Amino acid sequence: MPSFNFVLLTIVGTGVVTWLSRIIPFVVLKKFQLSKGVIEFLSFVPIAIMSALWFENIFVQHIGHLPSIEWGNFLASLPTVASAMISKNLLVIVIVGVISLGVIRLLMG
Amino acid sequence: MNGELTVSAASKDTLPTVFGYIGIGLAFGIVGKASGLSPLLVTLMSIITYAGSAQFVIVSMLVTHSPILSIIFSVFLVNSRMILMSTTLSPYFKHESMLKNILVGSLLTDESFALGMNKLNYSENHLNFPWFNTANVISYMTWIISSLVGAVLGNFISNPEKFGLDFALVAMFIGLLYLQLISDKSIQFKLQLIVVGFVLVAIYFGLVFIPSSLLILLVTLVACSFGVVMKHAFF
Repeated sequence: MPSFNFVLLTIVGTGVVTWLSRIIPFVVLKKFQLSKGVIEFLSFVPIAIMSALWFENIFVQHIGHLPSIEWGNFLASLPTVASAMISKNLLVIVIVGVISLGVIRLLMG
Repeated sequence: MNGELTVSAASKDTLPTVFGYIGIGLAFGIVGKASGLSPLLVTLMSIITYAGSAQFVIVSMLVTHSPILSIIFSVFLVNSRMILMSTTLSPYFKHESMLKNILVGSLLTDESFALGMNKLNYSENHLNFPWFNTANVISYMTWIISSLVGAVLGNFISNPEKFGLDFALVAMFIGLLYLQLISDKSIQFKLQLIVVGFVLVAIYFGLVFIPSSLLILLVTLVACSFGVVMKHAFF
């Protein structure tokens, strides 16, 4: 692990780029109106981003080849989706998900 | 979830995600400690960078002694989806002051974004500062405290994966996606499912040649365009 100062500098640098990504749209768009077309485009962002974050976690990347399946996350997703449909409750979904993966890892050794 | 945009409604709405943050925060603290970061640095990273999955990326790159600029650039790529989320969110805060806009943006996360988008389906398409800021601050505090606790616990637990805690994040994405699918009436359900299917295919094939840090943003952009085209062509 690099020195304390190097890590601190890294943290500050990554903090600044993350913060700017978060606030610049708010600052810029305070003055401008988004066009109807852009708003329609953005209306797909929530489902697109959430599904992308999920699906990225059920594969393992091998650049140049098709990804393989991350079996633990893939299998744990099934009861998690089922619990979402049954409970419609985020807390239940998270708990079922964590327990599922814990059990799957226990069974797979 | 109901239509109320108060501090107490926000606390109730955020509670389920708190457990997710605790799971991932603990896991992050443990991983950070195991990789050689002190509890102080683990906590500082959660306070200053505050970037969930990107913090795991930082730790893994620090371990391999990557140059600082490549760490910063990777984090920028991983978090560039934030630009898209704040752009989507900003029209709902136009009536609030610039300072409040900046505050809401500063603590925005995937989860508070998704919660906010979900809330819109109940609040007649309105959001306000007290509600969103409460959701943000609860998440932020929970994240900081749980990563600190994780780093301290890290002396005793070396393998957090054994407990499945790392799945809390994925479970949260699944839950938030599902809740959005069933409650967002602005886009037809069938079209939403088609977009989700498109994302699955795009991620699968995209992983062949696009680094995963960049892939989330690219796939989201392409999937949104795809959604717009489908909507005009068939819906």
